[in-house]
Amino acid sequence: MRWSRRTRRPRAGRIARRPGRGLRGDEQVAGWLFVAPMIVVLGLFLLLPIGMALWVSLLDWAPSQGDPFAGGGEFVGTDNYSSLFVEEGLARQDFMTSMRNTFYYVVFVVPLQTALALFLAVVLNQRRLRARGFFRSAFYFPSITSSVAISMVFLFLFLNNGGVNKALGWFGIDGPPWFSDPTGIFHLALARVGLQSAPPPLAATEIGGLSVWEWLSGPSVAMCAIIALVVWTTAGTFMLMFLAALQDIPVEVDEAALIDGASTSKKFWHVTLPQLKPVLFLVLTLGLISTWQVFDQVYVMSQGNPDKTTLTPAYLSYTESFIGQNWGTGAAIAFVLFAIILLMTLVQRWVMRDRDRPRRARRTRRPEVVRP
Amino acid sequence: MTRHAGLKRGVFYAVLVFFALLYLGPFAVQIATSFKTSPDAAANPLGLVPDPLVVESYLRMFGLTEDSAVPFLRWFGNSTFVAVTVTLGRVFFDSLAGYALSRLKFSGRRVVFVSVLAVMSVPGVVLLIPKFLVLNYLGIYDTYAAMVLPLMIDAAGVFIMKQFFDSVPVSIEEAARIDGASVFRTFWSVVLPMARPALITLTILSFQGSWNEFTHMLVATEDPDRRTLTTGMAGLFTGGLSSGTQYPLKLAVALVATIPVAIVFFAFQRHFVRGANEGSVKG
Repeated sequence: MRWSRRTRRPRAGRIARRPGRGLRGDEQVAGWLFVAPMIVVLGLFLLLPIGMALWVSLLDWAPSQGDPFAGGGEFVGTDNYSSLFVEEGLARQDFMTSMRNTFYYVVFVVPLQTALALFLAVVLNQRRLRARGFFRSAFYFPSITSSVAISMVFLFLFLNNGGVNKALGWFGIDGPPWFSDPTGIFHLALARVGLQSAPPPLAATEIGGLSVWEWLSGPSVAMCAIIALVVWTTAGTFMLMFLAALQDIPVEVDEAALIDGASTSKKFWHVTLPQLKPVLFLVLTLGLISTWQVFDQVYVMSQGNPDKTTLTPAYLSYTESFIGQNWGTGAAIAFVLFAIILLMTLVQRWVMRDRDRPRRARRTRRPEVVRP
Repeated sequence: MTRHAGLKRGVFYAVLVFFALLYLGPFAVQIATSFKTSPDAAANPLGLVPDPLVVESYLRMFGLTEDSAVPFLRWFGNSTFVAVTVTLGRVFFDSLAGYALSRLKFSGRRVVFVSVLAVMSVPGVVLLIPKFLVLNYLGIYDTYAAMVLPLMIDAAGVFIMKQFFDSVPVSIEEAARIDGASVFRTFWSVVLPMARPALITLTILSFQGSWNEFTHMLVATEDPDRRTLTTGMAGLFTGGLSSGTQYPLKLAVALVATIPVAIVFFAFQRHFVRGANEGSVKG
């Protein structure tokens, strides 16, 4: 919300400036010179590589086969893509497994981190809170530390006889061997109610190389440890966004609700939350975009193990290329991931634009009312 | 009534303290563990008092023991080089481009700006393989140039600077221009000094971002001599040291690797807060 206000301010300035245009003869050249470094760097290391990778995704290529842009590697058309979706084989199975894992990861991380961030923000926004700065720093600090360093700490905490299981032990809970347990938590829950193994129809029906039973596994116990880490680290950033939005809510609104005798929880659901809707959308979509990209934590903590249940498309694309030397497949996976994230981004832009429009209309209308 | 309110307050602070423990606990455990022996760390993973208290991890890290399996100083040096170079580059080039996009009238400006917005939404992780391809193609794979050049300018930073210049009145620059100063001269000695708050934010975000950069370093280098703290630490797990239970050493490395960013964080906290909110447009 804040930034959109800021972007609009210059409009008035630009109109005022217009008469002084005569001064700006050399700005043609200067303008292009000023943006030249940016165009070179972003073009060379962002746009060009995307084009190159698109080409490589149509090849059967590895660096040992020479320059892919001068005939190295074999052109295979869309084979790399169909090997991910249609053709039976290991490539499809791995890819579909990674999609399943990441789907559950996203479905758990996004709501949890949003809820935690909102909760922490509401708590920190209490007017008579002492040591607010201290708590805010504590909750935000993990967000700015290195994902690799923090993953190391969590790996230690989630060891079989590590801190987390020790703490669970205080409450009489026998913690699982986190990073070596590939069981899906939905399967665990079903086992509790007596469904120890797959019912035959679910085991027999396959979609994309995985049985329906496997699709319905839920995140594995190992993945849950990664989910816990990510929720814990990223909530701080989103908490700051909620906090900024909460501070924008006029005090009168709050007081009016209190005078009307609304209880704390009623006030939250019916007064505060509706006002937070825009930032809530922003946080949810930013969450959707970033969670699909999960890579660092998997690389450091689990390398896709156990039993491929923490494999994600980003990590799979890396290993297919750098380790498996199937660069075409790796590039194809990257583009599928790109398409998914682009879709999320478009949804976000669309939602945000829809939200901006009425405000803009109001802005232009206001002077007309004042003028007469 | 007051007793009820007091109880509520008590519960409220209890919840707050619980979350504070949840957030500070891991760091406390990390610090304590870095001073433990391996057996002690394994036996008392949550113990905050090392018994016995040893500094062996730190000695090994800084190469003061016989076996220096962890070339920590090399990693630290590489990370410092990357962070300083990238930060300087970003602060200068981002503000240059941001200024041009905000103030200078040149044909094609709108197209350039829209492209910057489009580029900002390219997810970093999708660029893993493309980046390797281009670095390999340009023949700079596994060099220091490959580590810093692609990071020298970031679209999000350009965006932040443009937003800032948009919000500053033009009158002062106009005066300088009328006095006959060139565009660059005006930018350098009139505009930049005014942009201090935005430059501080950008410096901090760039330093933190490049110090913590992992995926780019992973695909840009393979020589162990060019490892930064992030790739070095990650190698501790996937490489030769992964089998051992050398958690005190690993956590000590992770701890010292976090310190520079922590110092910056506590020194410039409010700028981080602003950066987080400005970065929210990043999408």
